Amino acid sequence: MELYIFFFLSALGIFSGLMTVASRNPVHSILYLIIFFFSITGHYLLLNAQFLAMVNLIVYVGAIMVLFLSTLMLMNLNEETEKHKPALARLGAVITACLLGTIFILVLIKADNMPIPMEANPTLSTVKNLGSVLLNQYLFPFEFTSVLFLSAMIGAVLLSKKEKVTDTK
Amino acid sequence: MLNVILNIFTVVPIQYYIIVSAALFCIGVLGVLFRRNAIIIFMSVEMMLNAVNLLLVAFSVYHNDANGQVFVFFVMAVAAAEVAVGLAILVTIFKNLHSIDIDELKNLKW
Repeated sequence: MELYIFFFLSALGIFSGLMTVASRNPVHSILYLIIFFFSITGHYLLLNAQFLAMVNLIVYVGAIMVLFLSTLMLMNLNEETEKHKPALARLGAVITACLLGTIFILVLIKADNMPIPMEANPTLSTVKNLGSVLLNQYLFPFEFTSVLFLSAMIGAVLLSKKEKVTDTK
Repeated sequence: MLNVILNIFTVVPIQYYIIVSAALFCIGVLGVLFRRNAIIIFMSVEMMLNAVNLLLVAFSVYHNDANGQVFVFFVMAVAAAEVAVGLAILVTIFKNLHSIDIDELKNLKW
């Protein structure tokens, strides 16, 4: 049963990822990317990481995709605006991606085969466990993340504000 | 036995997760190399980050170690910040050039 769910989610993810890259209309790309994020969330649920699944859904589908969509609406891009790259560059892109995938699989496939216990650890992915690890071992990076967000926020505001000033000149 | 959650890796080998993550990452790489629309390139970068996140969570559960899942939090935080700043830069570029075709952004090339 789990194996079939895994195959379904993987096929959905790979299909929607390919459609994201392939579709001509950027809005369709974004919608396919949302399906992609849903499949990743399903993978997290299958791995029994419920909290990360919810965070993934809220952050990616809720925040980042809305940002993408609103930016796209702001730019008013149609299907016709984008020209294809030259055929040689496209062929090179496909070959590069395939070679990279081959290398990744060949290198990573020999991950250590340690004996697996039959039962999952039900407390591993709980908010309690993750929170205690986050706020004990990773307290400094956690606090530093807030500085990162502050600088990102100031940067985004400055980038959009400066342009307004030059527009009025 | 009914109350016990079965370990997922007894059913789905970890190698399957590696293959799926590598495939998703390579689709992201393909998107970055294939397209000229800067927004779609950004989306491909998000796809690559998600592929890596999936593998991190898989190995975190595999090794029964919460550090991997905490790292996924940080990846998500950095991705959110990156998207905010990146899209602001794209909007600025679009206002100046009326295009976000990356093949037209060659002024810094040489």
